[in-house]
Amino acid sequence: MNMVHYWRAMWGIIWRELWRFVTQRERFISALVRPLVWLFVFAAGFRAALGLAITPPYETYILYEVYITPGLIGMIQLFNGMQSSLSMVYDREMGSMRILMVCPLPRWFLLLSKLLAGTGVSILQAYVFLAIAWFYDIQAPWQGYLLIMPALLLSGLMLGALGLLLSSFIKQLENFAGVMNFVIFPMFFMSTALYPLWKIKESSSLLYYLAQYNPFSQAVELIRFALYGQFNGSAFIYTLVAFVVFMVSAILGYNPSKGMMMRKSGV
Amino acid sequence: MRKSVLWWCSFKPSLKYLGAGACLSLIWVANIHADTVFVTLEKDNALAVVDPGTGKLIKTVDIGQRPRGIVISPDNKYLYIAASDDNTIKIIDAETFKEVGRLPSGDDPETFALNPSGDRLYVSNEDDSLVTVINLADKKVLKQIKVGVEPEGIAVSPDNQWVVSASETTNMVHWIDVKTNAIVDNTLVDPRPRALGFTADSRQLWVTSEMAGTLMVLDVKTRQPIKTIKFDVQGVSADKIQPVGVVIDKDNKRAYVALGPTNRVAVINAQSFEVEKYLLVGQRVWNLAFSPDQKRLYTTNGTSNDMSIIDLDTQTVTKSVGVGTYPWGVAVKP
Repeated sequence: MNMVHYWRAMWGIIWRELWRFVTQRERFISALVRPLVWLFVFAAGFRAALGLAITPPYETYILYEVYITPGLIGMIQLFNGMQSSLSMVYDREMGSMRILMVCPLPRWFLLLSKLLAGTGVSILQAYVFLAIAWFYDIQAPWQGYLLIMPALLLSGLMLGALGLLLSSFIKQLENFAGVMNFVIFPMFFMSTALYPLWKIKESSSLLYYLAQYNPFSQAVELIRFALYGQFNGSAFIYTLVAFVVFMVSAILGYNPSKGMMMRKSGV
Repeated sequence: MRKSVLWWCSFKPSLKYLGAGACLSLIWVANIHADTVFVTLEKDNALAVVDPGTGKLIKTVDIGQRPRGIVISPDNKYLYIAASDDNTIKIIDAETFKEVGRLPSGDDPETFALNPSGDRLYVSNEDDSLVTVINLADKKVLKQIKVGVEPEGIAVSPDNQWVVSASETTNMVHWIDVKTNAIVDNTLVDPRPRALGFTADSRQLWVTSEMAGTLMVLDVKTRQPIKTIKFDVQGVSADKIQPVGVVIDKDNKRAYVALGPTNRVAVINAQSFEVEKYLLVGQRVWNLAFSPDQKRLYTTNGTSNDMSIIDLDTQTVTKSVGVGTYPWGVAVKP
């Protein structure tokens, strides 16, 4: 087993995911429509006409739609991560998972490849979204569009790893509604994606702490700072640690001798 | 500009040595463009000194009771600051910030204008419905001219032909001949005229009307309105649209109007009179001033206690800098 095998397997998984994404036009469009509806409809309705108080990385007053743009990129990645987990469950039900799992490469490597593939797709979606937002007058400094790439990679990996971990728990496709209700919505709404932390603090200190320690918030802040050419060290470390924890748990979850697979099969 | 140059320098390690000299010279070029901004702080009784290059407040100096109007002399040596509750206009050294003299402004001075040669000052005396003409050489009052009720905005045409005073309650602008210091004409404008601005060629006078929420462009030759501009800020109720400060660039391409409680500065095409854009700044934006090269515009935001810096090349607000309580007037030294 040499590097070429690893490379070929990884590329195969990534290519399959990208190909699936591009050919499924409905998925491509729906992945874009969701954040765009938030941007054009929700943000317009909640347009803080008088501007938000200045919080880093912003150096002046901004409109609400400018504030939520990094949060919506986070949302793209959150849904994408969960969708990848959905596709894992689907693959398992359809049997294509078995083909992947009999590959003579380590399971962790296959899972990581799967994760990278999903993250690649989410980065693609994020850039298309940013391009549309640019025409909507939501424009960041040009270097921000480059610096956001590594931030998107890490946040995408973290959210994808969370999805993988969840998929190790889900037995059937129907259970995905539960993921929606118990993971995606609380994570999204209890975060800094839609409102700044100080605003949350005004209403509830419990919510403030939940939002602050929500890994999704940290990922959004990492993206937000990167988009404005700045590096948020604490958000980076928090997201990185969350990724490692989720990834290790997911690998253990997919371990046939110890993980959730065995428990689910009732052995 | 300086920030992006620094960023570029720090992210080009392969070009480090080759580009070091170029980077340094670029930073130097960026620095020599940096001017100094002075903002009067009505409630802090102080003057804020801001470096717009770095976007930082350099210092705050005590200046007198309730400072409002501020103008810099053409030679950039002195600042004239209306200390309203001291009932005087103070002459402040623009380097040391020491008071070097006082002018007999009359009671409660707020706004005033300096003529282009910098030897005469025209002060609006709101409570007495007067315009006081002060000769700066001997710091003596030359004349007091009776105008409408509550004179506020005042401007001297760049060709030094006209002094125009706007009276808030009479809803008029009064045209005063500089040679005779007498009113030769009055023009009725929209309710509560606040601020005035001449175009660089002295052909037009732009008048903001706070209560009507409009801006009128008057032809100086006929002294009649040629255009009334209305504002409509998406998501902001009409009663909040209260235009105050107005400035027009030297090429007569664009004019900028501070829209008070809408927290926005309107960008107007000075040729077509169309509003091109609204820029979000701090709360209750009041007065405006260009940088000497007219590449930036500075705003004082009364209730958010900051000033905003607008990059005019990109037409974006780049930074808002906290300065102190109730920033009112703004002047710029190259």
